[in-house]
Amino acid sequence: MLALREVSKSFGAVRALRGVSLDLAPGEAHALAGENGAGKSTLVKILSGVHRPDEGALLLDGEPVEFHGPADARAAGVAVIYQEPALFPDLSVAENVFMGRHPRRSFGRVDRRAMRTRALDLFSRLGVPLDPARPARGLSIADQQLVEIAKALSRDARVLVMDEPTAALSGPEVERLFGVARSLRDQGRAVLFVSHRLDEMFALCERVTTLRDGAVVATDVLADITPDDLVRRMVGRDLAALFPKQPTVPGEVALKVDRLTREGVFTDVSFEVRAGEIVALAGLVGAGRSEVARAVFGVDRRDAGSVHVAGRPLRAGSPTEAMAAGVALVPEDRRQQGLVMDLSIERNIGLTTLKWGLLSRAAERARATDWAIRLQVRYAGLTDAVTVLSGGNQQKVVLAKWLARKPRVLIVDEPTRGIDVGTKAEVHRLLSELAAEGLAVLMISSELPEVLGMADRVLVMHEGRLVADLPRAEATEERVVAAATGRPA
Amino acid sequence: MRVDRWETLVVALLAAVTVAASLGVDGFANGSNVAFLLLDVTEIALMALTMTLVIVAAEIDLSVASTLGLCCAVLGRLWTAGLPIEAIMPICLVTGALAGALNGLLVTRLGLPSLAVTIGTFALYRGLAYVILGDQAVADLPPAYTGLATQSLGPIPLLTLLVVVLAVAAGILLHATGLGRAVTALGANEEAAYFAGIRVKRIKFWLFVASGTMAGLAALVFTFRYASARADNGVGLELAVVAAVLLGGVSIFGGRGTLAGVVAAVLLLAVVRNALILADVANEVLNFVTGLLLVASVLAPNLKVRLERKPVQ
Repeated sequence: MLALREVSKSFGAVRALRGVSLDLAPGEAHALAGENGAGKSTLVKILSGVHRPDEGALLLDGEPVEFHGPADARAAGVAVIYQEPALFPDLSVAENVFMGRHPRRSFGRVDRRAMRTRALDLFSRLGVPLDPARPARGLSIADQQLVEIAKALSRDARVLVMDEPTAALSGPEVERLFGVARSLRDQGRAVLFVSHRLDEMFALCERVTTLRDGAVVATDVLADITPDDLVRRMVGRDLAALFPKQPTVPGEVALKVDRLTREGVFTDVSFEVRAGEIVALAGLVGAGRSEVARAVFGVDRRDAGSVHVAGRPLRAGSPTEAMAAGVALVPEDRRQQGLVMDLSIERNIGLTTLKWGLLSRAAERARATDWAIRLQVRYAGLTDAVTVLSGGNQQKVVLAKWLARKPRVLIVDEPTRGIDVGTKAEVHRLLSELAAEGLAVLMISSELPEVLGMADRVLVMHEGRLVADLPRAEATEERVVAAATGRPA
Repeated sequence: MRVDRWETLVVALLAAVTVAASLGVDGFANGSNVAFLLLDVTEIALMALTMTLVIVAAEIDLSVASTLGLCCAVLGRLWTAGLPIEAIMPICLVTGALAGALNGLLVTRLGLPSLAVTIGTFALYRGLAYVILGDQAVADLPPAYTGLATQSLGPIPLLTLLVVVLAVAAGILLHATGLGRAVTALGANEEAAYFAGIRVKRIKFWLFVASGTMAGLAALVFTFRYASARADNGVGLELAVVAAVLLGGVSIFGGRGTLAGVVAAVLLLAVVRNALILADVANEVLNFVTGLLLVASVLAPNLKVRLERKPVQ
């Protein structure tokens, strides 16, 4: 029905999709599997008309089509149900369903009665009891998704793309959604189901296409494979010997997190990081890893639990105090949280060591120069704004800014995201060296090879809870992925 | 540090206008006119110093002139009640500080935008001034102080020396101390500053207190200079202050600006105004020219930034 042929898409130097082909057949539910960053989102965005492929073609019923925007995709019968739909909260459910295509009476007046009966009809076809007259505000996410599905039905969509729809749903809600999806499939529509949850793919879909590093690894009939096969297809990469983790003898406990809880975000998270250790925090995007780091560092509040640094309790909610205790956080969003883009390299590096009184420009420059040399930052001048640097060099400036404080505990959140391979290796070498010098490193990473290559210990989070604590020897790809996707190892 | 082209332009323009006025306008280039010009700009200059810090921190304080009015009203009221002026003066400064503290609390504790907050307190403080003093004018102020306010040291008014000292202090604070660096950083990117351990809210709070206190000081200067304490003292000055700061090259979005640029802009506006008045130019034209300069000042630096800044994805 809808097919991709040899589709490639790049963003700058990053090749998000490479020669991807995919066939969606009528009356079939097709799963799309892959790790974070494998290219699933890009593929969905191409199907929904948000992105256009650089190469390759989209075929609709065998004919090449071009989507110049989401409206074209919609007109061609492709509907996308997102994890968190965007409804108009103050309009009624029925008005949301018919948004932009309200049934009309004379003089262009909206025919509310027709709208209501047609909405009721749609919901009864879906088998869900939703009142079309109620406002969309206050609907559960599951119900909002059903409104989106009703919208797609009303438009007679033939291809339904569900982008991680179950991430925020409870068990019974997932069942109900699957019931709806199955009935749509049985009516001859094509369903593409994007998810991290392997059990759900097996429950709903007939075939699965696995992406890895932007390319299709395999398309399998799910009945013929096991979840373990699928995991292997998702992760089966060579673990490059790129990761020069030096063996170290762990020292004293530098960071102790005890039953840390932030309501609705993460629960009862406890772990320790010793001096000289690199501990990785793995898990899927949205599992609550960055949020734990932010609460430890004090930029977010915490509802319960405690944090100790070198045996001393750390007060909640104050990054300034966390820094005084020797904690440093290299945040996830380099441009927004890590750097002041308008300021120069040396001033960004100097930002963490500001005192209130007079600044010594010479001292500031000397310190910036030291760190820039040690981290091999490539720059034209220290007074250049950090905007002119490449992503990798910007990340080095963020690292320099924190290392200038000589921290005891270094938390790095996705330290190599979006930077080139060469710089990546330099960052890895640096982290390894720092650990060897006695720094305690907590590394959040969504890249499995990085996690497995660098870490002395791997913690895995799943849906806000710490579900595994694996020593290096026991941390295999399969076990980490299994824990991250919530399956028993 | 690279000299910002806009600030150089302001200084050049100031020099050009001064030279042109000296040559072309009768009565511009004599000592008493220059002294008058300098004296006349004292309150604006004082409040522009703290306003620079506030705007670099990506906030704004539109209540400064109303705070000035409130402090004048308090001064007039206490003076008619018979308090000694030496006791009133610190009370006046404290009143300004409290007014600033209320702004600061509303902005930092409740997370309200300072534009909205200070438009509110702009009306609130002025209203309070009328409640305290009504529309009466308190004029029988001690000659020792009213005299001092117009005194000169040689050709230079005493108050100008006060402005110079405070301007140098503010310049050092903004450009050469860690606190100033923190203000710049949090104005450019509040989130990154917070992640770097800068106490964003605390600093912003104290900037508003400083702005209010400076308005209190400006109230003293205003009252003694005109020998008159009234509730409507300084009406409309907040716009002149913000105008000077923006003309001086401070970005309305925060994070960039220099004190030297602001001082040059304060002088530029004053010189243009003074020269046009001496040249008997109609008041309407005068406002037109000032407005033109302002539009240019807001347009030019932002245009420049927009051209230089690469689109951020």
